[in-house]
Amino acid sequence: MIKLEHVCKSFGDLEVLKDISLTVEEGEKLVVIGPSGSGKSTMVRCMNFLEEPTAGQVFIDGTELTAKNKNDIVRKNIAMVFQQFNLYPHMTVLQNITLAPIKLQHMSKQDAEKIAYEYLDVVGLRDKAHVYPTTLSGGQQQRVAIARALATKQKIILFDEPTSALDPETVQEVLDVMIQLSRINITMVVVTHEMGFARQVADRILFMDHGAILEEGKPEHFFENPTNERTKAFLSKILK
Amino acid sequence: MNSSPFSLDKWGRLFVSWQTFAEGFLTTLVIAVLALALALLLGIVFGMFSSSHLRGLKGVSRVYVEFIQNIPLVIQIFFLYNGLPLVGIMLDKFTIGVLGIGVYTGAYISEVVRAGIQSIPVGQMEAAKSQGFTHVQAMRYIILPQTVKIVLPPLTNQAVNLIKNTSVLAMIAGGDLMYRADSWASSQLLYGPAYVTTGLLYFVLCFPLATWARNYEQRLKSHDVQSAVLLQKSKKVFWGSLPELSKKGAA
Repeated sequence: MIKLEHVCKSFGDLEVLKDISLTVEEGEKLVVIGPSGSGKSTMVRCMNFLEEPTAGQVFIDGTELTAKNKNDIVRKNIAMVFQQFNLYPHMTVLQNITLAPIKLQHMSKQDAEKIAYEYLDVVGLRDKAHVYPTTLSGGQQQRVAIARALATKQKIILFDEPTSALDPETVQEVLDVMIQLSRINITMVVVTHEMGFARQVADRILFMDHGAILEEGKPEHFFENPTNERTKAFLSKILK
Repeated sequence: MNSSPFSLDKWGRLFVSWQTFAEGFLTTLVIAVLALALALLLGIVFGMFSSSHLRGLKGVSRVYVEFIQNIPLVIQIFFLYNGLPLVGIMLDKFTIGVLGIGVYTGAYISEVVRAGIQSIPVGQMEAAKSQGFTHVQAMRYIILPQTVKIVLPPLTNQAVNLIKNTSVLAMIAGGDLMYRADSWASSQLLYGPAYVTTGLLYFVLCFPLATWARNYEQRLKSHDVQSAVLLQKSKKVFWGSLPELSKKGAA
């Protein structure tokens, strides 16, 4: 579904991704962990061309992602949930969710709103359909962002640290929604620091540091017998 | 006969010639509206250019803005009136007014639009791109609507300046309010009442515009925080400027 081949990314002299190759299968739940600045967000942002790789290729469903076709490929395959939610503040919750289906998928307003309400039910915010995002708590905003991502019915959803900007008490409500999603056949790539979530949901976990994938494996392997020293050090710190 | 420049009979003679002033007023109004439309169009396009990542577009916009902003409007009007005919382009004065003043104000508006676009957090464009919106679609549906609020006050200043700047057309006998008033005043040797009336007529155009925009901005601002106000604890607030306070609360 997603394939990275020898992807490198530099910002000026700073090498953020070093020759990353990776395949994500259809329906797979891939969790990416690692310390700050390890390149995990950049890697995920390469998957929808928010960052253009300096070298290497990204394939989505067999098609190479390029500067030319990115809008088309992204529109048809990929949604994203951001750390800072990035809801559109000048639109109501409902308008936030229906904008892309109406403008990009040429859905009628009625159909788009029907779907929007379905997903607002999924995230438990039907009663907030007509308010503006700034009036919601962080956790609620992120759930709206997830509903917005779902409403375009994409095969892939990328999550870039979806709970890192939240108050501790609202983290769980967002994780609960994501756990619910993990039961359906969407390909999910999640950058997170939530180890409990990773353990519960991941089909596979990647550990990244300094722009490279140092270790990957199933959660059981990962948490019980990590082989790489850096992974061990990282886990011992974060699982304390 | 009273020799005061503002004596009653002089006002009377002006009143009899009201049509001259009305025609000038109308011409100024039409030129201003069309020039403003042109200026907004140019301002939005070049504002988007200068906030884009493409160096070519940025350069084009830079040249336009610097060139127009640093040469007096009168010279630009003279160029259209006296310069273009040398290369065979003859424009009527009305067109010169719309074109000259529109292009001139467009440069200022493009700077206003650029600042507005750049004040929107980068995450908004990223969210739009992540949904598959093209750059232009993202601008149209997501970025520009959010800049409206921010650019409205400076934009109003530009519109008011534009209206006042139409008076420069008097220098090419443009048929506008200033020109009509000036020629009427010199032919009648009645400067005082003519200029006072003209000044008032410009004021009548500009003042409501500025007031309307100020109110509109206030409404837009409170629109986004409306629900925030409702959500705030319904305790009484004992100090003023509630919208400002609730805005902070919503941020």
